[in-house]
Amino acid sequence: MFDTLTDRLGDIFGRLKSKGRLSESQISDVLDEVRIALLEADVNLEVAKNFQENVFSRCLEAEIHKALNPAQQVIKAVNEELISILGGESLTISFAKKSPTIILLAGLQGVGKTTNAVKLAKWFKSQGRNPLLIGADLQRPAAVEQLRTLAKSIDIPVFSQNNDPVAVASQGIEEARQTGRDVVICDTAGRLTIDEKMMQEIREISDAIEPHYTFLVVDAMTGQDAANIAESFDNKLSLDAMILTKLDGDARGGAALSAKSVVGKPIAFASTGENIDDFEQFHPDRLASRILGMGDVLTLIEKAEVAFDEEETKRATQKLISGQFTLEDFLDQMQQLKKMGPMENIIGMMPDLPPGADPSDVDESRLVRMEAIITSMTSEERNSPAIIDGSRRSRIAKGSGTSVQEVSLLLKQFKEIKRMMKGSVKPRKKNKRKGSNKRKKSKPSSRVKQKSQLDDLDSGTVGEFDLSEFGTFSN
Amino acid sequence: MSRISEEISKTRNRFSLFSKLQKNRDLGPDFWKEAEEMLIQADVGVKTSVSLIAELKDLSKKQKLTSSQDLIECLKENLKKVLSASERNLNVVGNPAVWIFVGVNGVGKTTSIGKLAFWRKSLGFQVVMAAGDTFRAAAAEQLEKWAQECNSILIRGGEGADPSSVIFDAIEHAHSASIPLVLADTAGRLHTKTNLMEELSKIERVAGKGSGTVTEILLTLDATTGQNGLEQAKKFAAAVDVTGIILTKLDSSSRGGIIFAIQEEIGIPVKFIGIGEGSQDLIQFDPDDFVEALFDFQPEN
Repeated sequence: MFDTLTDRLGDIFGRLKSKGRLSESQISDVLDEVRIALLEADVNLEVAKNFQENVFSRCLEAEIHKALNPAQQVIKAVNEELISILGGESLTISFAKKSPTIILLAGLQGVGKTTNAVKLAKWFKSQGRNPLLIGADLQRPAAVEQLRTLAKSIDIPVFSQNNDPVAVASQGIEEARQTGRDVVICDTAGRLTIDEKMMQEIREISDAIEPHYTFLVVDAMTGQDAANIAESFDNKLSLDAMILTKLDGDARGGAALSAKSVVGKPIAFASTGENIDDFEQFHPDRLASRILGMGDVLTLIEKAEVAFDEEETKRATQKLISGQFTLEDFLDQMQQLKKMGPMENIIGMMPDLPPGADPSDVDESRLVRMEAIITSMTSEERNSPAIIDGSRRSRIAKGSGTSVQEVSLLLKQFKEIKRMMKGSVKPRKKNKRKGSNKRKKSKPSSRVKQKSQLDDLDSGTVGEFDLSEFGTFSN
Repeated sequence: MSRISEEISKTRNRFSLFSKLQKNRDLGPDFWKEAEEMLIQADVGVKTSVSLIAELKDLSKKQKLTSSQDLIECLKENLKKVLSASERNLNVVGNPAVWIFVGVNGVGKTTSIGKLAFWRKSLGFQVVMAAGDTFRAAAAEQLEKWAQECNSILIRGGEGADPSSVIFDAIEHAHSASIPLVLADTAGRLHTKTNLMEELSKIERVAGKGSGTVTEILLTLDATTGQNGLEQAKKFAAAVDVTGIILTKLDSSSRGGIIFAIQEEIGIPVKFIGIGEGSQDLIQFDPDDFVEALFDFQPEN
């Protein structure tokens, strides 16, 4: 999502790196560009101005730290300020002593309240809770039907009646008490902040059910008005947190910064897709590092940890290095990767995407076809692909519903990957030896580079996902 | 005062960006900065705002304009000129004519179709609605309620049906019943989802094979949207032949300034605006009204 802001800051910092010490006016020029980047990312004008001022004073204070070069100082200051705006801590939900814990959702029309009410319910369910949904959006035609259909798919009950929203909400709480549900999520109609009647209505709902938490649902694509919207809802309802939706688009999401900085309440959850499971707790620090182009490394690692069987991966890595990696292992790895979720989500989290790389370009169906090809092979073929001759190829193509060309391409790519993997380890050893044979002064820069590559390898997962592999999948 | 000015100025009374500007009679350096910031706050975007103000500066030098009031009038004229660059005719010629509604999630496609059906009915024309959003839970039910209210025919498929075939069926139905217009809903989709955008191209292709003619593909855009609106318009226009924009939720405190960039960069005009939840609250777009409303203000008491 924040790609363009990342690019933008990347440009600015790229220029910074090539300069020596910065004067006050140079810092100010650079921060002007940061402000423009923020505005283009839909950060509210006032918020962007404050941001600029705060970073500027941070930079001036930072002058004292002679250890950092100017680029590092500005990056540090921008990063610190971003984190401080997005709000250091994530929200921890404490459950009411006397059940149920009541949550009220509010927001403009079309931001995704109903969908996210269900996603939130699913989230609570996965925490071992028994949620009840209240359909208090009696405004939009079929809103309650939508809620019921979605809730049914994950087996969560819905309470609603054709009544007035305030009454429906209070009766829903009563229903939860009687049926022993311990969490209640109340969906409400979308409303404009300038519609005083509707704003009063949600206030009445809030007064009637006395929610423990009130969440504002915010569309990540919102423009300059996000700050005013959040402020109006906060004034009326006293918000506890926000849910940021439609983060799977390419909106730069300045709305998050704006809303957060104006109401000062955390963004608790983020919705990252149309499936009910595309919903996660929001990590402000990670988002800040993502904005700065460092990729959402932490989220990626976390996902990988859940999905990958560690032993399995170790075994495959060993095989890769020793050159014994077979198509069978390749298939296993592909299936493990799939467990992490849609490929474009995963790639979107990676740092250092090459310019112009668009995660949504990854052709997921290509993976499915590759899987079909491999599963159409005999186990002998999978273990020693070299035996796959012309007639085997055409059999495999028929069996997998693909073409001989595709089978050949896959075999070629597999060979290539194997070669690269073997190569990625061996030359390093070689260089190292070479380096140690040479005199110390010979090539310091390449040694530094080499060291950092090794560091990447040690520090883990991310360096080992080679983007070029995904490239070969989609070509 | 026209309907749009009336609706929009309701909000502008409290939120008018330009009230401060108009009171400021001196043409100091602050004037330019403030004018630019006001455009930015209306979601016009940095690039477009900067170029509009640069243009205005040139003009002020050439014509030796000195009062802020004159300059504001010039700015208004320039903005109107941008929005008047394209034709905004609505094409209903076909047997039937087919209008397809596209856009990201939650912008108000289904509601806009409901309102448009009311509008056509009020002019004495029948419409057929096609429940082409077979993805979102209860989307067809939502359209059904509109169809019942305005007494129109709704063609819908089963749960998870192929949207292309639902729309195709609606076209054939309208053709055989001699109903002149089909309003076809589609599921909301983020413009970044390649496969879903391809599905949209398919819908356009399949609809074109029916007995009718696809005459309008209307991109529904939420006025609350910021700079991402331009990306949306670009990607949708790349997938299907977008003929116009429906700018919804203009009764909010947002101003929809992104339409200037969309008009300038991809030449897609706004054809309708949504100004409320009622069945009458969708009206044809008028650039003059829109720009006047943008600047409209009443002094605070």
